[in-house]
Amino acid sequence: MRAPVAIFGIGNRSRGDDAAGPLLVEGLSRWLEEAGLETQFECFEEYQLQPEHALDLVGRRLALFVDARAGLPEPVRLECLVPAGVAFAASTHELSPGETLAVYRAITGEDPPPAFVLGVRADSFELGDEPGEATRAAMREAQRLLVGLCLAPDAARWRKAMNAPTPSLSPCAASPS
Amino acid sequence: MSYGLETAARPETLRRVAIDPISRVEGHGKVTILLDDEGKVHQVRLHIVEFRGFEKFIQGRPYWEVPVMVQRLCGICPVSHHLAASKAMDRVVGARRLTPAAERIRRLMHYGQMLQSHALHFFHLASPDLLFGFGSDAAKRNIVGVAAAHPDTARRGVLLRKFGQEVIRVTAGKRIHGTGSIPGGVNKAVTREERDYLLADLYTFVGWCRDAVALAKELHGADPALYNSFGVFRSGLLSLVGPDGGLDFYDGKLRARDENGAIHFDGVDAADYGTRIHEAVRPWSYMKFPFLADKGEEHGWYKVGPLARVQNCDFIPTPLAEKERREFVDYAGGVPIHAPLAYHWARMIEMLHAAETIKDLLHDDELLGRDLLAGGPRANEGVGIIEAPRGTLIHHYRVGEDDLVTMCNLIVSTTHNNQAMNEAIRHVAKRYLSGKTLTEGLLNHIEVAIRAFDPCLSCATHALGRMALEVSLVDADGTAIDRLVRHGDGTVGREPGA
Repeated sequence: MRAPVAIFGIGNRSRGDDAAGPLLVEGLSRWLEEAGLETQFECFEEYQLQPEHALDLVGRRLALFVDARAGLPEPVRLECLVPAGVAFAASTHELSPGETLAVYRAITGEDPPPAFVLGVRADSFELGDEPGEATRAAMREAQRLLVGLCLAPDAARWRKAMNAPTPSLSPCAASPS
Repeated sequence: MSYGLETAARPETLRRVAIDPISRVEGHGKVTILLDDEGKVHQVRLHIVEFRGFEKFIQGRPYWEVPVMVQRLCGICPVSHHLAASKAMDRVVGARRLTPAAERIRRLMHYGQMLQSHALHFFHLASPDLLFGFGSDAAKRNIVGVAAAHPDTARRGVLLRKFGQEVIRVTAGKRIHGTGSIPGGVNKAVTREERDYLLADLYTFVGWCRDAVALAKELHGADPALYNSFGVFRSGLLSLVGPDGGLDFYDGKLRARDENGAIHFDGVDAADYGTRIHEAVRPWSYMKFPFLADKGEEHGWYKVGPLARVQNCDFIPTPLAEKERREFVDYAGGVPIHAPLAYHWARMIEMLHAAETIKDLLHDDELLGRDLLAGGPRANEGVGIIEAPRGTLIHHYRVGEDDLVTMCNLIVSTTHNNQAMNEAIRHVAKRYLSGKTLTEGLLNHIEVAIRAFDPCLSCATHALGRMALEVSLVDADGTAIDRLVRHGDGTVGREPGA
């Protein structure tokens, strides 16, 4: 039996701010285990999304993609996803989260589970760098939000959090380290 | 092998068409085309911003960390880097011969990656062009469009990808950041249960790979005038071949053929690559241009990857793929096929070979062995060469007495194909871009030529907010007079000049 919620941390740990997604989801995994919630969530770390990742969404009730996001004006942004048209791929091998949902629908013939993306502000992607200070601060905010989302794994609650001026849920007693 | 269109005699009198850039964070490619006043192509260059910080990233690290760290260089084929680095470090720890189990586990990992990568390219990137046509609606020219028109084809592509991913997970320990391969062998055995799990649907996958070869062949045969001439240029071929001359993705000696198919050199050990392959630097490109040293920079460039491998070997050591190779060779009438679009056909033959080899490895009880590590006298230098999905991949390291890496040199597959890709787009541009108006269809012809080589422009990073593809027509004085933008959703808009 699959965990009802899939959480993807996307990025490269050795590419500066791009590490935000994997590091956040790694910390979240530890917290989920400590909180006894690990059977409710399956966490994945991925460099990039590719078509087969659509199959990781089969049988889920909710999905969340945590990703560094260049040019984001606020530290974190929670957005609800809809299956997107797949952009013309000039040479890229990756899919966006919305495109992954579109692949899900195309190959299963069904609507994907409600899915959200948590973008974390990112500026620099240099090989070998650690995340910068601005991204580290954004990650702390994202950690609090992630815990809140996991304490209320419900699409309606997540949409409500998304619409808040600063994405938030109920105050969190703990956060992943 | 002409440089005739690489450098125009008087570029200051020409207009510039720039296809710019694909994405800052995922790799960066740009095509510039200089036209004269009559709209005739005078100069074409493919610029790829290849990140050259790899060596710095690796230097100073303990050698045993390297096979894991190099996976972060590329999000597309991390397993190839993982294994090439492991092979180089085998020499450092004195393991000139791996244990039978370790060698089979590494091969299984690698052939899983080959299958997965070739499936991604054919079903996700190439089949939309091939099934719908190069100038078709960009909004449909993707895997979702393929799924709508050819649902079974798209579904098979995704499931083949998934299977390859599972082979990697079983052998490397994880889907990404695998730690399975280490200097001297592997650190994880394959259990009987894991073997049976991978075998469960394998015969179905082999059948699907056969169908994929048939599809590639059918597409080629349906329009031979196009497929045999699109972007054609002649060049030498380079790849590893096994000790008996057979196709081998994991190990072997370097073999090069000239453009007519005659063997130029053979049996070159990995450690001697530096005496045979040199790299040239050109001021207009960040990416180097490798060439065969004894033929020189002008005449010594070559192509790598499926089209080179399938024609460089003497045979393929699995029966179904060998039958397909013979048909491929017969199609050309005994001379090498140089058509870039034949890469797709060759790639599917290789995918079939990968599936057959996975089957053979899973039926080999040596795979389940528990003796996983070998060693020997410590050395200070190692070279590892592997045939990655896109072509020959070279890792070369020197390690100090303190076990830290002091020198690292990598020649990745896409770099080997640098000149070849330039040649392909030159021929396409000459044929299709002779007017003064930029159209999406024209641009896509260039991109189809680049895609045939399956270049890896990725620098292993990812961030949301993909940049649009931009095409600019720039006058000789630098003024942009036309600009075509392909937005993130695939739509194309003409925008005022900058």
